[in-house]
Amino acid sequence: MEKPVPRPNADSAPFWEGCAAHEFRFQRCRDCGKAQFYPRAVCSHCQGRDLEWLVSAGKGAVYSVTTVYRGPSAAFKDVTPYQVALVDMDEGFRFMANVRGGEAEIGTRVRVIYEERGDQTIPQVEIGG
Amino acid sequence: MKKAVITGAYSTRVGDLQGATCMSLHTEAGLGALADAGLAVADVDGLLCAYSFTEPHLMLASVFAEYIGMQPAYASAVSMGGVTACMLVMQAAALVEAGYCRHVLVVTGDNRLSGMRGNAVQALAEVGNQQYEQPYGMTIPAAYALVAQRYMSEFGVTSEQLAAIAVTHREHAALNPKAHMKSPITVDDVMNSRFIATPLHLLDCCLISDGGAAVVVSAADAAADLRRPGVHVLGTGQGHTHEYIVAAPSLTDFGCKRSAADALGRAGLKPADIDVVEIYDSFTITLLAELESMGFFQRGEAGVAAAAGELKIGGKLPCNTHGGLLSYGHSGAAGGMFHVVEAVEQLRGDAVGRQVEGAELALVHGDGGILSAHCSVVLGRA
Ligand SMILES: [Zn+2]
Repeated sequence: MEKPVPRPNADSAPFWEGCAAHEFRFQRCRDCGKAQFYPRAVCSHCQGRDLEWLVSAGKGAVYSVTTVYRGPSAAFKDVTPYQVALVDMDEGFRFMANVRGGEAEIGTRVRVIYEERGDQTIPQVEIGG
Repeated sequence: MKKAVITGAYSTRVGDLQGATCMSLHTEAGLGALADAGLAVADVDGLLCAYSFTEPHLMLASVFAEYIGMQPAYASAVSMGGVTACMLVMQAAALVEAGYCRHVLVVTGDNRLSGMRGNAVQALAEVGNQQYEQPYGMTIPAAYALVAQRYMSEFGVTSEQLAAIAVTHREHAALNPKAHMKSPITVDDVMNSRFIATPLHLLDCCLISDGGAAVVVSAADAAADLRRPGVHVLGTGQGHTHEYIVAAPSLTDFGCKRSAADALGRAGLKPADIDVVEIYDSFTITLLAELESMGFFQRGEAGVAAAAGELKIGGKLPCNTHGGLLSYGHSGAAGGMFHVVEAVEQLRGDAVGRQVEGAELALVHGDGGILSAHCSVVLGRA
């Protein structure tokens, strides 16, 4: 069984199209100025609808991280142990990724890289930056 | 307004129950709770159910009503993960207090161990966000591990303190003949059990069990002449902050803060008034974070208290006296209902071999998702 491939919808299509071009796109609200992730049709801070897409510099720090020894499916059991991290990006939003190029801990600086997964490209992070 | 009363409670056997089905467990639990109350199916005018993994259906309350031959005046099914049992008790209390129902049967159960052939972990992982979590191999234990790592780094919680929570639960389960896992464990056993997702070891994680549990919630005037002394629903509350861990506003403070404050406030009580707590313990960190977020302990002190034995029966704040999800059993929505049934037994003085002496006030708490949705219920002895 393969690892899950994200299924874009109308909210997220610009994000996944960005990933295919190795560009990490995120939304910022023109009403309150706050960044949000994951992409939505509304600002979750102020319920404004006027959202713009920006491109992240792709750099951030690990907010929390765990090393997974029991994967959810055969595809992940084949690659254990692996790290799952919550990453706080410098532009003020958070996303989840696996850690490449070493072991991260809380506070570790990371940068976004891209991996092919089925017909999609998914963002990951590697140590450094 | 006269407060609602729990007039019947029952939990089935738990464990690997070959031959059980989701509906047979609902039946055993529901009829057990009705018999405890001295009521018949025909006396029930409200039916509340949860959800099932082995018999997934959009309308589980209708499925169960048909299965058992009940035609209630009010029926609903709620699907909110581990918080569902407490939410159903809150909803049932609201229904009887508003006069819509006299006796509401609240039923949960699932054969999650024998009926899923080992696929429960994978099925649970699919509650993660399909686009932003599942591609990274996030599991439910991994999501709670992210909370634990952050909690350890901010408040100095140790793996030994988390292990002490697991040990206390096993000690309580050993006093309870119905519990799924009764063999004694030590802090070293927990620390030496294999990692599931760091820092959580296998013995920091709850069980997967077959089982069912039910309660009857009655209007105050309808409860008066029933066979058992009622347990009063003194206050209830909820709190909701997120669904996916990737979008949680905090990894150390959760909706339980609001749910407990509302429930205790509506009961006119404070945390120090409570004699026994039955709090959702899907993982050791779940319980620790909730005890502190709800105000039973200061930040960084619940782990110290657990290691000092303060959560044991006979300790300062007896917690999960039946053994909890960690050692009594976890059967989907029934996992949370086991906590409710245990609180009722403690307040009636029926918890033979594990009774908290003089228990008059209990707080029951459930959480669903990744500490996402919370409901607290304050119960009082009649
Ligand atoms: Zn906004």
